[in-house]
Amino acid sequence: MEQLNGWFTELLSGNAIFTANTLNFYWNGLVTTVQLVFLCLLIGIFLAVPLAIGRGSKRPWIKWPIYAYTYVFRGTPLLIQLYLVYYGVVFFDGIQDTIFWVVFKQAFYPALIAFTLNTAAYTTEIFHGAIKNTAKGEIEAARAYGMSKPLMMRRIILPSAFRRALPAYGNEVIFMLHASAVASVVTIMDLTGAAYYVYARFYAPFQAFIFVALIYLCLTFSIMFVFRKLEKRLLAHLRPRGV
Amino acid sequence: MIDLQGYGPRLLEGALVTLELAVLSLILAVILGLLTASAKLSRNRLIHGVGTLYTTLIRGVPDLVLMMLLFYGGQIGINMLTDQLYYAFDIDIFINVDAFVAGVITIGLIFGAYMGETFRGAFQSVEEGQMEAARAYGMSPLLAFRRVRFPLMMRHALPGIGNNWMVLLKTTALVSIIGLTDMVRVAAEATKATHEPFLFMIPVAVIYLLIATVSEWGFAKLSKRYNTGFGEASEWNN
Repeated sequence: MEQLNGWFTELLSGNAIFTANTLNFYWNGLVTTVQLVFLCLLIGIFLAVPLAIGRGSKRPWIKWPIYAYTYVFRGTPLLIQLYLVYYGVVFFDGIQDTIFWVVFKQAFYPALIAFTLNTAAYTTEIFHGAIKNTAKGEIEAARAYGMSKPLMMRRIILPSAFRRALPAYGNEVIFMLHASAVASVVTIMDLTGAAYYVYARFYAPFQAFIFVALIYLCLTFSIMFVFRKLEKRLLAHLRPRGV
Repeated sequence: MIDLQGYGPRLLEGALVTLELAVLSLILAVILGLLTASAKLSRNRLIHGVGTLYTTLIRGVPDLVLMMLLFYGGQIGINMLTDQLYYAFDIDIFINVDAFVAGVITIGLIFGAYMGETFRGAFQSVEEGQMEAARAYGMSPLLAFRRVRFPLMMRHALPGIGNNWMVLLKTTALVSIIGLTDMVRVAAEATKATHEPFLFMIPVAVIYLLIATVSEWGFAKLSKRYNTGFGEASEWNN
């Protein structure tokens, strides 16, 4: 550790921009970005599963509101949604006096709400598409076993739909990571916010933004790697068998 | 006309900027996409490598970061270049990077990579037999491309182009962050001044939805046109 520290100090000495201080900025930004993206994806999935089931419902009063929700959130820029939630909360009369203000005073939570609603809309459509494409034979077999509808959903349709949705969902995760960069607009110090700070402080756009671009690239490749592994495992039954 | 506390006309001007920006970047993206697709399908390893590097890098980095890099870095980069020109050849020029031009170039550059992937897949799904037939008719390579490969390719590329266009349209909102006065920026300024986010953000969202809905309809028409001669049997069944 000592040795590593010494090596690090030596590496950074003589470098005006990437001092321990700015690297710390980038690190905090990385933590914020990962937290934000992970939380919104997690909550988004929990919202999207029931919504996707409802989206395929035959009852119009369930189906159409969900469709309207996904249409609006997929058809407008995330930045607009972020502004709506952020300013909508901040400029809400009298919110400063309620206990909610403790939570909403930081920009993190409005951003989390906007991102969650956005990713839930996309994920709903992805899951809905996967559920719709369930092979007829699987459903017939489940019915032949005398399964009730909820049981069939839980045991047959959802497990196979999740597997089929995996590649598209992987894209959505990467999309969300990249979209989270707009969080820096509402005063959140995420990765992009840190890069912008370093740029403004040292007037060094190339160093500041190329460095953060490399961090994003690493994150993207890690996500891609994880999903490729997952697909290999979970979709093993779909691959042609090697002879 | 809807006044919106005096911000109405400016909002409409902003909507026009958004639309111009989107269409111009789409044109640039299609051109870059075709070039990228040809590069990635090329047998030359260097050209293939450059194409792959371009698409991988662009698709791995957030749009906003690329935009900031090109916008804030672009002016400095060009200044360095013109300085070098001045010292080396005594050519004195000054190029000022316009926010609109920077926006078009950045968005075009980003979506060129996505379009490249779309076109590559589409080119590959054109049957070789069609091109052989074109050659057998004595068409020159250019004519064969224009009359046979391109229309057949478009059938496969259109859904992808449609998707990319929808994403591109929403990406234009980001230029408001780097200082271009599109409708999002007008709405954000109005919100900060009047403290009424819903009054300004919801009309902007509606305009985006409107553009998206209209283009969806347009793409459905186009795809019908390019699908002429395919799947007619099923149409007769209706």
